[in-house]
Amino acid sequence: MLPAVVQIHEYRPQGTSVISEEVGETVGEPLLKVEGISKSFPGVQALSDVHFDVNKGEVIALVGENGAGKSSLMKILSGIYQKDAGTIYLEGVPVQIDGPRHAQELGIIIVHQEMNLMSHLTVAQNIYIGREPRRLGGLLLDEKKLNRQTAELLGRLGIKEFAPTDLVENLTVAKQQMVEIAKALSFDAKVVIMDEPTSALTTSETETLFRLIGDLRDRGVGVIYISHRMEELKRITDRITILRDGKYIATMDTATASQHEVIKLMVGREIDENARPENVRRDNVDDVVLRVENLSTRKLLKDVSFELRRGEILGFSGLMGAGRTELARAIIGADRMTEGRIFVNGKEVKIGQPADAVKHGIGYLSEDRKSLGLLLDRDVNTNILLSSLGNYTNPVGFMKAGSGKGTSQKYIDSLRIKTPSMFATTKNLSGGNQQKVVIAKWLARDCDILIFDEPTRGIDIGAKEEIYRLLNDLVARGKSIIMISSELPEVLRLSHRIMVMAGGRITGEIDSDGADQAKIMDYATRVEQQGAEK
Amino acid sequence: MSEVKSVPRTEASADAVKRESPGGSFLRQRLQQSLAFGTLIVLLAFFSLASGNFFTWTNISGILLSTAVIGILAFGTTLVIITSGIDLSIGTGMTLCSVVTGLLLVNLQLPLFIGVLGGIATGALMGLINGLNVSILKLPPFIATLAMMLIAQGLALVLSGVRPIYFSKVQGFKDIALGQLIPGLPNAVLILVLTGIAAYLVLGKTLLGRYIFAIGSNEEATKISGVNTGKWKILVYTVAGIFTGVAGVVIAARLDSAQPQLGSGYELQAIAAVIIGGTSLLGGRGSVLGTLIGALIMSVLINGLRIMSVQTEWQTVVVGIVILVAVFTDSLRRRREA
Repeated sequence: MLPAVVQIHEYRPQGTSVISEEVGETVGEPLLKVEGISKSFPGVQALSDVHFDVNKGEVIALVGENGAGKSSLMKILSGIYQKDAGTIYLEGVPVQIDGPRHAQELGIIIVHQEMNLMSHLTVAQNIYIGREPRRLGGLLLDEKKLNRQTAELLGRLGIKEFAPTDLVENLTVAKQQMVEIAKALSFDAKVVIMDEPTSALTTSETETLFRLIGDLRDRGVGVIYISHRMEELKRITDRITILRDGKYIATMDTATASQHEVIKLMVGREIDENARPENVRRDNVDDVVLRVENLSTRKLLKDVSFELRRGEILGFSGLMGAGRTELARAIIGADRMTEGRIFVNGKEVKIGQPADAVKHGIGYLSEDRKSLGLLLDRDVNTNILLSSLGNYTNPVGFMKAGSGKGTSQKYIDSLRIKTPSMFATTKNLSGGNQQKVVIAKWLARDCDILIFDEPTRGIDIGAKEEIYRLLNDLVARGKSIIMISSELPEVLRLSHRIMVMAGGRITGEIDSDGADQAKIMDYATRVEQQGAEK
Repeated sequence: MSEVKSVPRTEASADAVKRESPGGSFLRQRLQQSLAFGTLIVLLAFFSLASGNFFTWTNISGILLSTAVIGILAFGTTLVIITSGIDLSIGTGMTLCSVVTGLLLVNLQLPLFIGVLGGIATGALMGLINGLNVSILKLPPFIATLAMMLIAQGLALVLSGVRPIYFSKVQGFKDIALGQLIPGLPNAVLILVLTGIAAYLVLGKTLLGRYIFAIGSNEEATKISGVNTGKWKILVYTVAGIFTGVAGVVIAARLDSAQPQLGSGYELQAIAAVIIGGTSLLGGRGSVLGTLIGALIMSVLINGLRIMSVQTEWQTVVVGIVILVAVFTDSLRRRREA
């Protein structure tokens, strides 16, 4: 176990920072205060001159859009990144956080958004990784003590969903998230940072989490809570700090802050949360381009059936791990389905691999554009033509010189891809324009059914609008779109119909007229049966 | 033969997946291991029935003796492969270790224990350099150890003057491998067992073992959990190097000479043993016992085929096919999980 005493490390000024006069003054100091934090990455200023603080026994919310700098800031506090400038005060004393281990020793603990668990290890081995109890003078691991202290910890936290000796890979995503949280709380924490902790949790698990946060607050721990869900912020946070484009924007008391105001500050302009799709077609009920019947996979999906109509955007909503991406992968043949049938334009098709899907006009745009959608080191032209290269080769397989350029230029123009030329390296384009290159690739291949998985992830707000416009254009031109998105406003704004998934099943279908966030969340959290299924 | 192994596996693993029970993967891992174990039993039974000369103590002890070197190398490699690394330098590295032992004992006429320790230290040093290249220079393990494989091969030839070094004048050296502390059992087999126990303890009971699995499972997560993964990776390669050194001493003692031309190809046999034993090349999974079984399968196969008078050339072909089958069943299992 770690000593409760904080190790105070010598303050080493860096860059342009100035040593504060306040050193040593601890009375009335916030628990954690950061000032003038800046951080840049090649080509991006992730944070510039950001400040905020959290007091003992306080929960503050840190909100901002994707790319606002929340994650970078949290990574600096947890020692994963080093700041370029600025000062971090812990209990009034400036500290230099050297690395993840050091942050833990200081009592700054982070619950990561992505799963940061070792799936082949047990719950206990994960929670105490790096702090294993040992025997025989440190020579051997003390597995018994490890499991005992984990059982004690889980008991103290009231977590009954899994045992210390369970292998993490056998737990559901939600339970894995609970392991992460248990791990964070196993430290003698002064400050706990939670990065969208509820994105995979069901209602009852979220309640458990809120109870844990309440316990932390009562014990005088400061909690930094990052979330997009305004209802949650209202319930558990005391103050809300807003970041935008790497800059500090404002801090408000949660009690008096209006949701509208917070969103406006986050986005930087008025947005209409109640925006709903325009020109929803009602005449296409019988014009089904894709029908999926009783699709199941070995691991997650159970009996999924739905129809995609011509010229519509069908939104897929759900929590992390609900099975939306898995559904897309099963449809395009990237994962094998154990049961189910797929019909394209009324005809049953067999899709054994992604190439078959493309043949039937189904294109999949992965949420992981960079590793699965693009050849980043190649030029825009190559990427656009990648899926349709067969059209530009002679019978022997040699590329016809210069062929296809017309196609590339056509899509660069029609999708308004901002690139110096079609021969610019794709890596150097912005996220939004990269996304458009992927779209162009599938359009060049004559795909009529496009599956977008998180189409605006990692794309800034301006470019988002353009992607939205593009999706609307595409359906107006008779394409049909399945859009998987975790951002409720996005789903509500674009989807003609919304399918909600939970625990590998479709739990609800909502028409755009009757849709609101509460209704979606209600369907999305109907997975209690999944927890019971041991 | 195929019936025996396929029936219990499909039933039980499908069941494990369906229930998603805790321990399901434990079960699957055991199954892969018992699959290898079953294969070994089937091979033993087959060859025993096929030839009366197979199941004799002399032959079994010969099989164990021929397993010793590959087995010791494979134990070290198991540790590296579970981190999702690879070590290609163990074959020629082993040769370099035996050449160094030869130089110390024959050319410099130093005491026996210095020759033995020198050989092992050479292995440790190579492993350390591999580890530094992987951790500090961030070279892919395949490249770092491929380079070390060539360097060791070259150095072994240079240091020995491309001539074998004979230990015939070194008192007691041969006994390291061929003496019998336990009557009837060559010492090389005893060393195989002891190194196996050592590898088992390292993997299962020590911090290093825990971090080997953690790194292989999710290196980034291990790092941000505050574990200095670079340091532990250096240690893993160094420990693997120690196993290489021990193998170098054992093979020199068994042949009563250091053969500088030998060694290339041993790394692939050792890696094959590890994979047949159910250790995943993707990291995070594996066991020492599985590796031992894998190494035995290969020796039994080669020995049995030889006793049945199958030509050496064809023996090699059969071993290749066994590796294909082993890796295929492994990937089949993984696909099933996905």
